[in-house]
Amino acid sequence: MSTQILWFTTRGAGIVSLILFSAVACLGLLAVARTQSARWPRFLTVELHRNLALLSVVFLGIHIVTAVLDPFTHLGIGAALVPLASSYRPLPVAFGVVSVYLVLAVIVTSLMRERIGHQVWRAVHWASYAAWPLAIEHTLTAGSDSFSVWLLAVQGAAILAVGAALAYRLTSGGTNRSRLAAVAGGTADPVAVDPAWRNH
Amino acid sequence: MNPRLFAGPPAAAGPESHAEHVARLGRVPLDSAAPAVIPVLEASGLLGRGGAGFPVGRKWRSVAGQTGGRPIVLANGAEGEPLSAKDRTLLRLRPHLVLDGALLAADAVGADRIVLYVGSSHRDARESIRRALGERRDLRVAIDLLHAPDTYVAGEESAAVHFVNEADARPTITPPRPYERGVGGRPTLVQNVESLASAALIGRFGDVWFRELGRDATPGSALVTVSGASRDGVREVEIGTTIGELAGEAGAGASPYDRQAVLLGGYFGGWLSTERSWDVPLDPIALRAAGGAFGAGVVAFLGNDRCGVRATSRIMDYMAGQSAAQCGPCVFGLRAIADATARLATGRPERDDLERIERWSQQLAGRGACRHPDGAVGQLLSSLRVFGPEWELHQRRRPCTREQVASIAPAASRAQVA
Amino acid sequence: MTATFRPRTLAPPGEPPSTGATRTELVVDRIACDGFGMCAELLPELIELDDWGYPIVAAGGVPAQLLDHARRAVAVCPVLALRLARTSTAPVERGAGGWHGKPPPSVRR
Repeated sequence: MSTQILWFTTRGAGIVSLILFSAVACLGLLAVARTQSARWPRFLTVELHRNLALLSVVFLGIHIVTAVLDPFTHLGIGAALVPLASSYRPLPVAFGVVSVYLVLAVIVTSLMRERIGHQVWRAVHWASYAAWPLAIEHTLTAGSDSFSVWLLAVQGAAILAVGAALAYRLTSGGTNRSRLAAVAGGTADPVAVDPAWRNH
Repeated sequence: MNPRLFAGPPAAAGPESHAEHVARLGRVPLDSAAPAVIPVLEASGLLGRGGAGFPVGRKWRSVAGQTGGRPIVLANGAEGEPLSAKDRTLLRLRPHLVLDGALLAADAVGADRIVLYVGSSHRDARESIRRALGERRDLRVAIDLLHAPDTYVAGEESAAVHFVNEADARPTITPPRPYERGVGGRPTLVQNVESLASAALIGRFGDVWFRELGRDATPGSALVTVSGASRDGVREVEIGTTIGELAGEAGAGASPYDRQAVLLGGYFGGWLSTERSWDVPLDPIALRAAGGAFGAGVVAFLGNDRCGVRATSRIMDYMAGQSAAQCGPCVFGLRAIADATARLATGRPERDDLERIERWSQQLAGRGACRHPDGAVGQLLSSLRVFGPEWELHQRRRPCTREQVASIAPAASRAQVA
Repeated sequence: MTATFRPRTLAPPGEPPSTGATRTELVVDRIACDGFGMCAELLPELIELDDWGYPIVAAGGVPAQLLDHARRAVAVCPVLALRLARTSTAPVERGAGGWHGKPPPSVRR
């Protein structure tokens, strides 16, 4: 009976964590794309991005602990810490392990942002572009009910959402910085990337 | 007035050789040969000639007192200001005076290295300095000659240091300022070449001698670059000479009505009408009080047949293009202002262009990493004051009352020795 | 869109920003700043945005009752361009010959 609870908790926490991380990824992309509306200020995107990231780490922690403790999968601590050390579905679990490490690097550097400076922080943050697909891959292949309809629906929605946010980010014109030289030289008009005052 | 910096052979004779220099002035007085030079410089009241006018003695004392490593002297001869030719002329004709000043500075602050930062396009000046370095046998510190890029901001203090450190002549965020941490993280004395040359003379002849010319708070003589006159060029003038007197000497007219206005300081300086400024002395304090600035010693007269609006719009276009392109307010603000002034100058303004440039100018001051935007809008606001009626005419699309030709020609680099 | 801009020169009403020779000021790293504008959303009392979305910080320092909001604004900046600094209120040494500080009052037509 208790193993069932552990199994449900592992799956549940893992899926919630994935949904939250997908939301975090969307918000991160929208933040750089400077989205805002009359009722959604820009700071909200950034602060929600950070708070949801911390929340999803909590669920991630629950997912990992219950998965290690679950006797059905025979995962030991080693399997959770070392990629491919698991005897149960080594590759899918490894995706998860690597994803967690990348996420931890991003989270820790973000918490220490003011001490390490923007350049270092940004370099590490690129790792999130690898962490999220690994998490999706892990969800798809590591669980024993990966191909149930509802789980596929949830993952499909997550992929669509992040894909849409990425597409929006790529078409929204980048930072002002990339245009400064052209504007100064007179080859581009002095129009900023969606000036923030427009909706004030 | 007897020339000081340009005493010696006439300009037509070209660069002064080391032999002539020593015969005329003796050797540079380093440590044991003369009392410590910093108190003498402080007593002399010499102000920096690079544009900011900071007291030279105090600057040397600050650098000497730093504890972040052995200092370095950076002799700034980048001269990116198009209207100024004094630094390249001084470097060409009196290279040994500049070298003396740099050696004196290195000695005074305890530096073990001198960087000569000379504009890449000032070929004659560079050649002269290179030859002068070859002539000397008394160089006790390492001296490097670097070619400064031909941009407007390359001569800014932090830009010069940035170039020496990373070959990137763009200004950086301060603090820390170069005198605290500059080249290689060491305290760096960034000093204009004319200031160094004057220091070399003060080191020999003393502060009392220096104060024989000029006025109490602003003593001595200085180099100015005159344009818009029939005898354009670089001159040495006593500080306190009035604009009218200089105009007379340089052939810019016998009365204030022979010219319309004068741009003082440089593209980062300010306009004054000749009527109001004819009797204003060329000294930093009096010029500030009159709403102008001494800056880099630029005195550019605008003829009566020229349009001040057009001249200003050309300057704004240049300044916008010369932004280091690091800070949004400078890039967007200056470009938007330049576009608006261009529309006004060519008779196709939008309805509120004039109001916009005033508003943008007020927003821009102090919001860049360096003072480039401040200088540009300062010049613009003074232009709005001096050429007010013309700006109004242009905004209302009335025909300009001046001829449609307008430019302030870049300075000739001939030295005119009084 | 905007009416004529009135530069802020006074701190908002409340506790005076300095009780001695130092005060807390908001400092913008002008090179890092890219005009995201979130600082102005979180601290509208002290930060306004220009026509291109770049911050204009009111002079006079940060009053005590706005310090928490200021810290939040500093934390939200995606490029770490905003920081709080203790500065001395003593006047800064300036040279005599150049162009410094604010431009003179605007031309009245």
